[in-house]
Amino acid sequence: MITEIGHLALILALVVAILQSSLPLYGAAQNRAALMQFARHAAIGQLGLVLLAFLATTYAFVVSDFSVMLVANNSHSAKPMLYKITGVWANHEGSLLLWILILAVFGAMVAGFGRNLPPTLRARVLAVQAMIAVGFIAFTLFSSNPFTRLWPPPIDGKGLNPLLQDPGLAFHPPFLYFGYVGFSITFSFAIAALIEGRVDPAWARWVRPWTLWAWCGLTFGIALGSWWAYYELGWGGFWFWDPVENASFMPWLAGTALLHSAIVVEKRDALKSWTILLAIVAFSLSLIGTFLVRSGVLTSVHAFATDPARGVFILVLLVIAIGGSFALYAVRAPTLKGGGLFQPISREGALVLNNLGLTVALATVFLGTMYPLFLDAMGSGKVSVGPPFFNSSFVPIMVPVLVAMAIGPQLAWKRGDLAGALGRLWAAFGAAAGIAMGGMLLTGGGDILAVLGLAVVGFVLMGVAIEWAERVRLFQAPLAESWRRARAIPRAAYGMSIAHSGIALVMLAIIATTVWRTEVIQVMRAGEQVNVAGYEFAFEGVRDLNGPNYQAQRGTFQVARNGRFVATLEAEKRFFPVENQATTEAAIHTTWFADLYAVVGDPDGSGGWTVRLYHNPMVPWIWIGAVVMVMGGLVSLTDRRHRVGAPATRRRRAIDHGMPQAAGD
Amino acid sequence: MRRLLYFLPLVLFAGIAVYFYLGLHRDPRAVPSALIDKPVPDFALAPLAGRANGRETAGLATADLRRGEVTLVNVFASWCAPCRIEHPQIKHLAEVLKVRVDAINYKDKPEAALDWLVRLGDPYGRIGADPDGRAAIEWGVYGVPETYVVDRQGVIRYRHVGPVMPHDVEQVILPLLRRLGR
Repeated sequence: MITEIGHLALILALVVAILQSSLPLYGAAQNRAALMQFARHAAIGQLGLVLLAFLATTYAFVVSDFSVMLVANNSHSAKPMLYKITGVWANHEGSLLLWILILAVFGAMVAGFGRNLPPTLRARVLAVQAMIAVGFIAFTLFSSNPFTRLWPPPIDGKGLNPLLQDPGLAFHPPFLYFGYVGFSITFSFAIAALIEGRVDPAWARWVRPWTLWAWCGLTFGIALGSWWAYYELGWGGFWFWDPVENASFMPWLAGTALLHSAIVVEKRDALKSWTILLAIVAFSLSLIGTFLVRSGVLTSVHAFATDPARGVFILVLLVIAIGGSFALYAVRAPTLKGGGLFQPISREGALVLNNLGLTVALATVFLGTMYPLFLDAMGSGKVSVGPPFFNSSFVPIMVPVLVAMAIGPQLAWKRGDLAGALGRLWAAFGAAAGIAMGGMLLTGGGDILAVLGLAVVGFVLMGVAIEWAERVRLFQAPLAESWRRARAIPRAAYGMSIAHSGIALVMLAIIATTVWRTEVIQVMRAGEQVNVAGYEFAFEGVRDLNGPNYQAQRGTFQVARNGRFVATLEAEKRFFPVENQATTEAAIHTTWFADLYAVVGDPDGSGGWTVRLYHNPMVPWIWIGAVVMVMGGLVSLTDRRHRVGAPATRRRRAIDHGMPQAAGD
Repeated sequence: MRRLLYFLPLVLFAGIAVYFYLGLHRDPRAVPSALIDKPVPDFALAPLAGRANGRETAGLATADLRRGEVTLVNVFASWCAPCRIEHPQIKHLAEVLKVRVDAINYKDKPEAALDWLVRLGDPYGRIGADPDGRAAIEWGVYGVPETYVVDRQGVIRYRHVGPVMPHDVEQVILPLLRRLGR
């Protein structure tokens, strides 16, 4: 019964979305206030209906109602409750429902918080948002219905892919979708601006917080996914340039570029049509990411079950959404008036360099991801493009972007003074040179590229510190004066500094762990010892044990350093009989500056086990750095200038209080 | 001219969409197996030393698979956990359904393999011992377990990678055996 209510709610949500995608557009064109106002009520109503549908599905999972086909196929009564709930979105149908729910949440947020948007812009944004909802709800109802019943119901479910029964991956999709869907808002704003034929600094100011939200969600989602891959896949790596990883990374690159170009639109009224294009591209890549993961076009460890019929449906959606918006862009973008001019050496110039670098990097990743598909479609055979391609093409492109990250904030808008900026950065150059020379001496000139990379990281970190010190006139003015200045710096500037430091930390960790990792793969018997980067790993053997829905073989290592106990590592191989799948549970002990990482492989038949032991220096800082980046984004979001004209809202509320009859709008 | 530039994203996307459409009709997972519908490769393996008690004690060679009988060739090793998981299905196929199942014992020690067979049951016809994995290379094995279906003429018709589970028997192997006229 509850399942049928959910089904009905989703059908009603489709009807509401169809109305919301058409009436407000007409209203905005004809300047009819009632029709434009309808968009707000529809967006909030849609959230209620979609939430109902989502809760109905969650309920079916929680009570293990196996008469619902989705539950029977993806759940099992013996599964822990946490994974019954996360199982809702750990499959194709349910994850679409989650996607639609987040879309509705964002729509309702625009309706709720967008009070001070011009009514025509708000109506159009919500209408475009509803068009996306129509596409996705129709796709769900017609080709991937989560409410289909199964008769007779099976006695128990088929279970959930054991790889997905993990806290890291359980919460990876919601954040990723938060990012993907967040870009739908900027996309809707871009399309609405093209329809209106007007992009101004006010528009950019409205768009930026949404971009930031989406960017934070996506950054955190990608970090969670990479953390999961690190401890679950048992290869000791954190990023594999897998097509599905790239599918989430490409919108991130586009979104990061958008974040920066929107600043230029807001401050200088320039780069308008480029920013619009980036907004369209960021969301298009989110859609393409969805398409790649679900259509079976590319193979990957993360892919959902593949189904060509669904693939065709998504492809049609893609063509309508992306093709339609690019067509609109082609017609309308040339009419956008360019604004402020600027010299190449200026804050704008640095931001353009950032955009150029990110876009080229994006194109590289896109090409590397799609090349196997292109070749296969032409019938030229199967190839796979691996990490060597990405590492040798992506990394060099990012180096100038990083350097610009330190210099850019030192430059003035419009026309900058490069010599002056570089002069102020003398300490950063000193730090970089010091790291480079120290590194050369320590490594004996062995890892020149790594040392240079670390020098760039040092340059960036110092650059961030110098920029802040300059702003507060640290040591140039009395401390009280510096303190006053520090409190007066806008939050957005702090956000930038924090996020840039986060990037530098991530780079530092990636370089250190890639170059200085120690890896030992060998057969060990119980009682044997092996030395990994100064740590003694004593193997105590493997024993069998039973988990709630799996059987495991657990290998135990006692780790010591200079004879002093450090940690007990218990690595497992788990076999899930219901799903007929095995997983590796790596054992990880972190010292914050390095991870000790152990994986147990197969027995050799005579009492020995293949074991893989790693010492991964700095690796936790990849994720700490990512969290720092997200914090930067969040701090920036608290900037009062971002609370889209906060004073206006306050004034409005005061009026509402004064006249109760006006509060019911 | 400058206006045309604004059409570039649309044109690029159109090209990409065409590739997506073409890509939909291909299966990226199908790792081409060069040996499907090809005769069994040339190989000859010695028997598993010490295997006796009334079973066939010969090894396994190409000629053994060209005797007009549909045969399953199961690649296993005593050290391989998934082999243990699939073993009941292999036994069921051989002992209840009376399918001929030969085996290649992959990179194993004879005593360990014999011990394994004694404990879990020995459903196999011939077993060839492949201690260094040379024959497995000829077959294109890239991990244990793998199971091949060889038809009456000694042509490989199907390759199963990973443990054979009950639904694989029901949905894939039995229908195929029926088609091959067993």
